[in-house]
Amino acid sequence: MSRQMGDSHRRFLQTMMVSGIVDEQEARTLYKHCCETHNTQCAPDKLDDFIDTINSKLQPMFMQIRKGMSEDSGQQYYALVNMSETEVTRMSSDYADNELELFRKTIELIMGAENGKASSTDILNSVDSMTTKKMKKSETEHLLNRLVHDKWLCEKRGEYTLSTRCIIEMEPYIREMYQDQVKVCHICHNIAFQCQICENPTCGIKIHNPCVARYFQGRAEPRCPACDDFWPHEIPEVRRPQSQSRR
Amino acid sequence: MTQRRRLSNTQNSPQSRQQPGTLMAQEEDDDSTFTQPSTSQVQRGLEKLTPAQVEQKTAEVVQYFLVKDQKKIPIRRADLVKHVVKDYRNIYPEIIKRAERTFDQVFGLKLVEIDTKSHSYILINKMEPVVGASIINPTNPKMGLLFVILSIIFMKGGLVRENLIWSTLKKLRVDPGEKHEEFGDVRKVVTDEFVRQRYLEYVRIPHTEPVEHEFRWGQRADKEVSKAKILEFMGQLHEQDPQSWSQQYREAHSTPSSSQASTSSQR
Ligand SMILES: [Zn+2]
Ligand SMILES: [Zn+2]
Repeated sequence: MSRQMGDSHRRFLQTMMVSGIVDEQEARTLYKHCCETHNTQCAPDKLDDFIDTINSKLQPMFMQIRKGMSEDSGQQYYALVNMSETEVTRMSSDYADNELELFRKTIELIMGAENGKASSTDILNSVDSMTTKKMKKSETEHLLNRLVHDKWLCEKRGEYTLSTRCIIEMEPYIREMYQDQVKVCHICHNIAFQCQICENPTCGIKIHNPCVARYFQGRAEPRCPACDDFWPHEIPEVRRPQSQSRR
Repeated sequence: MTQRRRLSNTQNSPQSRQQPGTLMAQEEDDDSTFTQPSTSQVQRGLEKLTPAQVEQKTAEVVQYFLVKDQKKIPIRRADLVKHVVKDYRNIYPEIIKRAERTFDQVFGLKLVEIDTKSHSYILINKMEPVVGASIINPTNPKMGLLFVILSIIFMKGGLVRENLIWSTLKKLRVDPGEKHEEFGDVRKVVTDEFVRQRYLEYVRIPHTEPVEHEFRWGQRADKEVSKAKILEFMGQLHEQDPQSWSQQYREAHSTPSSSQASTSSQR
């Protein structure tokens, strides 16, 4: 079902190429704006069809507008992703080989951590095991700042997490590279980094924090959706969509 | 990550980390070794390849242009052939033709050869910028700066001495002598970055002591920026009817570039 692309689609795509990622609300506003600018019909519930049309034409270029959730807010985002070599094609023009290696090491640390975070100390220590040109402490810190600035990582109190954009873009790569380590959310089936884990050793399912909030909302006693054991973690509040969107 | 660097290696060759100046000097020679294949050569080349192979190569070329275009620096044919097209150089015209079609139909961009001698290309936007949105994009304040400079040049008849630009920017609290928190080295952005991106031309005025330069619109600005929109913007700024600048108004509504920019709109 690939309808023809019009100028409204092209304008939407061009804006995505500049922004890289927009939240659902921004995507809706942009959709409306593009349709109005080019006098085409705009049905509020047809955003995903509109994007499918763009995607059908992007597919031969190994690009896609993909939807994903922020692990912080639970909000939906749309990101323009490059599927040819996952993130590398886009990153490689801006990052040197040893910088990419350190980024990969950071992903490994985040993968291995139960809370989906890597501390700056751990990242600095991982420099010792680098096979490419080792980086000085100041260079590593500078690189981490750049990765945050370019929206690949998020930082909070010296701890680093993968950004929403990074997760959306790199999910296939991470699933392939870290097959046995990858955690998948029991509720939404997407890859999970920051999540709660069932403490029953024979179960151990993972649920994203925002998915926990939504799933247990209004339930008297929280029980694991898989093994029915008591869910011992603190249940976060369901966040309002507009609340501080971090990418 | 390293396992998956097939395509990125073709793009991440050392040239991406070099100064553009040295790059140009070095690549100059390379292009002379490339001869445009004839139609029959292309035909024969295509017969030896599967449609999927041609499609894959076209996709790589498209991506290369898109990545390079983020920096808005012209892309040289020599680089493209050396780093991406490679063994497919015998069907180069076909690949470029397909890439052009993709840019046009999918991205709303036009691939333009701006220098037929050195064979370099830029991507220009085929769609009319929405004033207040894309060109004066708040996420890209540099474009705002550029828009102001282009406006000054246009309103002054197409050619201005640099002093006028600097003094006008100063009035807008953008001092080229000081480090600006958003733009950094303003003088460098204006006289180097915008020039390399082909938005501006910055040329020395002969026989001036001390040395003085003048600004004109660059090729990219001519193709991409609608003069009618600039006039509209000036009208809003000065609360004046755009038609009151009769000379500019006539130019904005007669030159091929601005009429091309407005006919692409469907309104
Ligand atoms: Zn989930
Ligand atoms: Zn369980």
